[in-house]
Formats: sequence, C-alpha cells, structure tokens
Amino acid sequence: MRPLTEEETKIFFKKLAEYIGSNIKKLLERPDDQYCFRLHRTRVYYVSEKIMKQATNTGRKKLASLGVCFGKFTKTGNFRLSITSLDYLAQYAIYRVWIKPSAELSFLYGNHVLKAGLGRITDSTPQYQGVVVYSMSDIPLGFGRTAKSTQECRKLDSEQIVCFHQSDIGEYLRDESKMF
Amino acid sequence: MSRIKFEEEDIGINEPKKRKVNKSKKPIQTKVIEMKEEKKEPQKIKLKLEKTPQKEEDYEDEDEDEMSKLIEESKQIEKERKKEIEDGAEELQTNIAEQQTIVFESGQQISKPLNEGADLALLKQRIGDIVYVLSDYQKNREGNRSRKWYLKKLYNNLSEYYGYNRFIIQKFSQLFSVSELIEFLEANEAPRPVTIRTNTLKTRRRDLAQILIHRGVNLDPLAKWSNVGLVVYESQVPLGATPEYLAGYYMLQSAASFLPVMALAPQEHERILDMSAAPGGKTTHIASLMKNTGILVANDPNQDRIKSLISNIHRLGVKNTLVTMHDGRDFPKVLGGFDRVLLDAPCTGLGVVSRDNSIKLTKGIKDVRRSTHLQKELILSAIDSVNANSKTGGYIVYSTCSVTIEENEWVIDYALRKRHVKLVSTGIEFGDPGLTKFRERRFNSSLKLARRIYPHKLNMDGFFIAKLKKLNENQDENQDENENEDENQNQNENENENENENQNENKNQNQNKNKNKKKFQNKNRNQNKNRNQNGNKKKFQNKNRNQK
Repeated sequence: MRPLTEEETKIFFKKLAEYIGSNIKKLLERPDDQYCFRLHRTRVYYVSEKIMKQATNTGRKKLASLGVCFGKFTKTGNFRLSITSLDYLAQYAIYRVWIKPSAELSFLYGNHVLKAGLGRITDSTPQYQGVVVYSMSDIPLGFGRTAKSTQECRKLDSEQIVCFHQSDIGEYLRDESKMF
Repeated sequence: MSRIKFEEEDIGINEPKKRKVNKSKKPIQTKVIEMKEEKKEPQKIKLKLEKTPQKEEDYEDEDEDEMSKLIEESKQIEKERKKEIEDGAEELQTNIAEQQTIVFESGQQISKPLNEGADLALLKQRIGDIVYVLSDYQKNREGNRSRKWYLKKLYNNLSEYYGYNRFIIQKFSQLFSVSELIEFLEANEAPRPVTIRTNTLKTRRRDLAQILIHRGVNLDPLAKWSNVGLVVYESQVPLGATPEYLAGYYMLQSAASFLPVMALAPQEHERILDMSAAPGGKTTHIASLMKNTGILVANDPNQDRIKSLISNIHRLGVKNTLVTMHDGRDFPKVLGGFDRVLLDAPCTGLGVVSRDNSIKLTKGIKDVRRSTHLQKELILSAIDSVNANSKTGGYIVYSTCSVTIEENEWVIDYALRKRHVKLVSTGIEFGDPGLTKFRERRFNSSLKLARRIYPHKLNMDGFFIAKLKKLNENQDENQDENENEDENQNQNENENENENENQNENKNQNQNKNKNKKKFQNKNRNQNKNRNQNGNKKKFQNKNRNQK
C-alpha cells in the first residue's frame, strides 16, 4: 500500500473527472474526516486516514481491501474504474441517465442502453460523456458513456444505442470471483 | 432370576456370538405389537404374532441356519399386516384405550429388513414404538428389557431413518430427551424460512418491503426483536438477483445470524474486529449499526471466501472496513485494542444440518475435537485483542452454528478459566440458557447467561451465542502457555474416555490402538506448538496430523 505517484494520480483523476468533473475536490476535502487515495496491488482505494493508518500494521500479502475500491491500473498503465466505486460516482455524477424498468434487467446483464429503454437524460449531455445510469426509482445501476448527445437522442430510432455499457451492478453476481 | 437375565441381555447386545442359550428362560407366549399411528397412513395397524418358546431361543442363539426361517417369517408378518390394514379401523380404535405391553422381536429380526433396504415407513413406526415405550418405561416395557437396550435400538433406527452417522446421533442424544431429539431431527429435515436483512445504510425496511412486494414477493416483518429483518414466504423472482439485491438494499441472511451482531451491540465510532467474517453477512450488519463510522476490521483467513466478503462489503456500501487475511490466532500481534470483537468461530456446523445435508455423514469426533481446539485458541486471541479499558466496550461475542457442548460451553468455560473475563447477558430474550452441567462435566454457573438457539423451538438455525466482558489487561502469557499444555493433555484424555464409551457398540481393537497413537501424537503436538510461535509451522503440523 502506498500513495499514488504523480503520473498515476494524473491518469486516475483524468478518468474520474470524466464522470464527476470537479467534484473530485469534494472527495478530497471532506468536512467529516481526512480521506485519501491509496494504491494497493494495482488497485486504488479511497479510505479515511484513520483506517489507512491501521492498515499499515498488516503486511502487504495479508491486506485484502480497505475502504472503497475505485478501480485498478491495467498492465498497460491505463486506469479502469470498477463498479465498486459506484456509490461515490452516483453521489457526485454530473451527467445522468435514467432507464425504464423494462430495460433495467437488460442493462444489468451487460447490454447497452437503447433508445427504447431511455427514461430520462440530463440536459445538454455531450457525446461520449461518462454518465451514471439510474433506474427510474433512482437506484444507481452502473455507468457508461453516451453514444449520442442529448440533442441527437431525440431523433434516434428506438433500436439505436443511446449509452454504451461500461459497468453495472450485475457484476457482483457475474464476476464476483474475478473482481478481487 | 430376573437380574441374571438382564445381564445376559446386555451381553447379547454387545457380543452376540458368545451368548449361550438360556434354556430355563421363561418364554413369552404371545407377542402383541401395537403400531402407533403413522403420518402417511391414516389407519392404525394392529399386528398379532404368535411365537413358540423354541423360536424365541433360536433368535437369541443367532444361528445362521435360522436366517432363512426368519426371512420367511418376516414375509409372513408382512402379509398379516397387510390383511390387518384391510380389516377396518374399528377394532383398532378400541385397542388404543387399553394399555398394552409392546413386545419387540429380538435384535436379529429387527436388523433384518434394514439390511435388505430400509423400509422407511417401518423404521418410522419402530421409532414411534420405542418412543412410546420410553415415555413410560416402567409400564410399557417388555419383560426385563433394559432401557439401554431400547435406547440403543432407537439410536440405530434414528440414524438409519434420518441418515446420520452414529456419532452425531449419539452427540445429539446427549443433549436432548428422546422426544425432543426426534423433534430436533425432524426440524433438521425441513428448510428454515428465507430471511433477508435490510441494509439500513441504503434504505429503510418499509421502503424495501414495498419495492419487493411490487416485484411479487410475499413477505412479512421477521419478528418483534428485529427491526431490519423480513421473512419471505414465496417469491416470483430470484431474491439473489433482483436489482435491489445488486444495489445492496438487502442481504440474504439466516435469522439466527442476526443474533450475534445484536448481542455485540456495536456503537458508532468504535473499533470493532470481526474475526472470521466471510461471507460478510454479520460484518455488513455491524457496519450498518455503526453507520459507517469508526473502524471495522474484517478478517478471514480463507483466500477464496475473502472475495465474496469484499464484494459484499462493496455492494452494501460499507466504507469503514479494513479487510485482512490473517489467521485469527495472529490477532493481538497484528492489531489489537479493539472496543468489541465478534468471534463467529469456525465449527462443525451441527446446528445447520438443514442447510447442508452432507454434515450428517461427514462429521466425526475428530472434527469436533479439531474445531474445539481451534476455537479455544481463537477465543483467547479474541479476548487478548480487546481493550479492557475501552470507555464504551470491552466486549467479546462468541458464536457458533453448532449445538455440541464441546464447541460451545466448553470453550467459554475454558476462556473463563484462562482470562479475566466474565459472562454478561446477551440481550437476547428467547432461546435456551447455556448449560452449566453436562453429564460428568460442570461448567461455570454464569454460563446460563449464554444463549442456545434450537431449530425445533424457534425455527431458526441451531446457534450458540455468548457475550463476555473483559475485566482487566494483566495476564502472564508464559504461565498461560504452560497451563495450556497441561490442560490440553487432560482434555485429550477425557475425550479418549468419551470415545471409549461411544465405541462400545462397534468394538474394534484397531481403534483402541489408534487411540493410543493419537494420544501420543497429541501430546507431541502440544509441546511442539508451544515451542513454535510461528503460525505457518502450526498449520503444517496440523496438516501432517490429518494425513496420518
């Protein structure tokens, strides 16, 4: 476990900013407690300093997880957000997409969101923007990227893709053994 | 005369072949079997059986030549029984009022149909008969049949009917009276109701219930004592795959596993340790009671199970955890000074047979002994990890999903002797109190504050929960270890004695030899253990021992 290097921080924040924009600041400067990002075995964890200090007592091999995992660095040096970060993404997301109950399950099986399943979308979302996907009852279901801007969405056929799937909470079932 | 006969009866059970025929024995001329009502057949059956004195002797002689005769006879009995079923129920009803003595065929005949393939209905009826006899032994017994004889037959029939190995039946029978034992075994056959726990970090129970009812789930609040539990009667959707489940609104969790956490009563801003946490049902429950404040250390040594633990922690939105993969016995050395510790100890699982049927056959005395040993080590490190001077806490909750004495009262009693702790009330109002005496053992009288949960009484998994309060820190560790050694040796000897008792029925000289070997190994092991503090080495030795 160690703090992120400057290079890693840059890559990580760039990725994170695609979903929550300048709200990253709110993650780092919290009124209740000191929080920090820590890298442990290629994964980035968001954790309070108090817990982080406790974690230094356990060896690297024995430490499995601390706080909330945001994602991991791939071997090529890119950063990949994981579904476990959804709680924070949903809290601070700038652009959001809501999907109809009929399309919920399809999304949770890992499919893209089609126009037919689109319930609502934040106004003036640009194309290829990172968005958090919610159900109509405001349960965060996952995140992805818009395939079209809000303007273009209005003209689309019902079978065309509105939002590309990136990650969804169905992974807790599908990939439990591969997640950590 | 009767005394002599009695003894011979007993000998006959254990060593049938050495038995001599007692010609002077007064024969029983008429045998009448009143069969108790069976659940599957509404009719009551009466069976009459005439026997000549000579045959009676033959049975006890156990001559192999008589086998074929016996088979024929049993076939005849079957025929007669079928006839009797057809003869209406009127006659039978009148027989109920009369007090009749039940007569059993000799052991030979009873075991016959079992070998040919268990006739479950017959077995069940036999069990019923014996229970009836034992309900008023003085009145109902046949001749001088000893109670022991009846009990032995009963246990054999029970293990055959419910599919347990003898050891487990024996263990259970030491805990319960005969009628309660059958209730308990019957309860193990039925699954417990499906229960879910609302994740109060994300939603409220009322809201969750409403959402799930919309999805076609039929549910109710679990019980008065829980404000987060829901019991599910039937569901049109798989409960482990609804969007709400995936979003972490609830956790599938058995009702009994709410209790250790409720007993622990975690407070906000505390430091809490969950020693064997996977798959995270109790851990996330603790976190939701702490409202994501303070520090929760979730430990589990198993690399595979840790994945589901981490995944559940994230799914339920728990943010204050530190997940480690230590052996629980490392604990005060790695991290210590906790306000509360939950030790949901690894156990044989003899309380959750309904969840996993393989337990019925796979667990033996070795498993119980092994887990007892581990539990004793774990509870000491749990106690050592607690800060006795904590302002809010200083508590340890010990729980297992087993019902045996060895894994529960015995372990707590051991902890009470080894560390400066006392038992306190768990805050759970139902359940049976812990046992303070068991056969020849006497435990600390405060053990009645612990709670035993039985499936047949509360329709929950079998569970044991005890809450300890640590009184002060001072402990001389070296002294402890020396004591440990003595203690373990004594206990091993005790256990061996027990084993002797248990194995009277299957007399086997080889086993005796093995026992002696084992004794020796155990002693060696204990000494080695004290020398090596290294956990890995310990593991290695354990493995070696298992292979032997």
